[in-house]
Amino acid sequence: MHEAPIILIFATMLVALCLALLSKKRKRLDMEQWSVGGRRFGVLFVFLLLAGEIYTTFTFLGGSGWAYGTGGPTVYILAYGAVAYLFSYFLLPPIWRYAKRHQLISQPDFFVRQFNSPALGVLVALVGVVAIIPYLQSQMTGLGLIVQMASYGALPQWVAIAIAMFLLAIYVTVSGIYGTAWTAVLKDILILAVVLVVGIALPIRAGGLHQLMVHINQEKPGFLTLGQHGMGIPWFLSTVALTGLGFYMWPHAFGAVYTAKNERIFRRNATFLPLYQLILLFVFFAGFAAIWIVPGLKNTNLALLAAVQKTFPAWLVGVIGSAGVLTAIVPGSLMMMCAGTLVAENLYKPCFKNASSQQVQRVARVVVWLVAIVTFLFSIHSNATIVALLLMGYNFVSQFFPTVLLTLFAPSNVTKAGAFSGIVIGVVLVVYFTLTKQSILWGANTGFWALLVNMLVVLLVSVATRQKSLSPAQVNTGM
Amino acid sequence: MAIRWLACLPIIVIFGGVFFVNHVYPILLGMPFLFFYMVMAILFTSVCMAVIYHFDPANKEE
Repeated sequence: MHEAPIILIFATMLVALCLALLSKKRKRLDMEQWSVGGRRFGVLFVFLLLAGEIYTTFTFLGGSGWAYGTGGPTVYILAYGAVAYLFSYFLLPPIWRYAKRHQLISQPDFFVRQFNSPALGVLVALVGVVAIIPYLQSQMTGLGLIVQMASYGALPQWVAIAIAMFLLAIYVTVSGIYGTAWTAVLKDILILAVVLVVGIALPIRAGGLHQLMVHINQEKPGFLTLGQHGMGIPWFLSTVALTGLGFYMWPHAFGAVYTAKNERIFRRNATFLPLYQLILLFVFFAGFAAIWIVPGLKNTNLALLAAVQKTFPAWLVGVIGSAGVLTAIVPGSLMMMCAGTLVAENLYKPCFKNASSQQVQRVARVVVWLVAIVTFLFSIHSNATIVALLLMGYNFVSQFFPTVLLTLFAPSNVTKAGAFSGIVIGVVLVVYFTLTKQSILWGANTGFWALLVNMLVVLLVSVATRQKSLSPAQVNTGM
Repeated sequence: MAIRWLACLPIIVIFGGVFFVNHVYPILLGMPFLFFYMVMAILFTSVCMAVIYHFDPANKEE
């Protein structure tokens, strides 16, 4: 009976791989096909691709783990989605229009074209790849835990992560974005069912939601509100602002924007995506219930899985594990593919100007494997919570936001030098905060401070450089 | 385009509201009040975006 979960999980992986192979057969893949799906995706697919970003291991295991270990501050996850989608209504259509007009493929292309500066593209690509690694690591940590749990400890975590990484790299190499979109459909159906089951059954097992909350509040006063561990209201405000604004600055999310058929798709989705966010509530309920069902876990990432294992029969554990596997494969594959495209298009190509498109594609595929290996090495040595890893990535990518915002809505206020200095200073601050392990400074998220300094630097340096040479900046930032 | 200013409301509700709702009781629908409030804020955001979508002339073209 104990083999059931692991069999189900590997079957799921196999199905995902088959979907990828099938979708490949229909299309010959060049770079544009491979990474932006020929810009032909409609409302549903774009919705799923963008939602695929959101319903990742981060929410499934990370969200429940945070509810379990951190409590009240988890509420930021509800809020930032709403803020991000609200902004998407205004932010994404102009990005999409610009990308379509200039046939852009990757996020750095946007910067290269706006400022006529391949060097800026190299910088953006580098920061993007750096940010992707902790994100991917969070997905792999989740995948590893699921496989480990499903095998009832027979497979140690590093083997589990190695299997997960290997599978993901193969998946990405053969499929590209079509595979991702189809798996996203499968994933969303399964995850919805699983989250509802888990989010309802576990609280019932813990005596009902109301009872559970009263109980938690008695045992741990203050746990269910903001304020503990320095995570008070200023932390909430700064983190929601940081992650809400940074949401679409992820290279893969930025790239997913290019896949849409028209710009109205984004405005329509801005209405429905916030509702989709409510599914997360059930994940939190499960996390809170785990406090009652499996108290005292050292590794909070395990909260949901441990509670599930204690409550449900083995086959159901398998189904839940399979959903978890898909929540890691969809965003994981997008991110790996994205890292490949970033390096091939924006680092390799500018350096080797006469490289053929086949060579560029081969580089992209090699990079996928390199990223897999690097992430694997980071994953086996780390015990960071999944949410902490994700927030680290957000600190990096949100540094693109000031420049993107200004180029879209106030192009005369930003110059190449301004964009460059803002991003560099923001990223340097984030690296400093990361290395000194400071995630909160003066009550607010450190990434938010970096973002503020970044914005200020962009504006000041742009003013200074524009006075010196008015015309080139305006020529370059026009359009 | 004036309808787009409606998007400021959810922002105020989320960022401003949190100062007044950071407590556990009353527990509504099984949620601590802080969580319940954010759920309402999400619903409100969705409604606002639907209204904006409906009246925004940019969505009438084609």
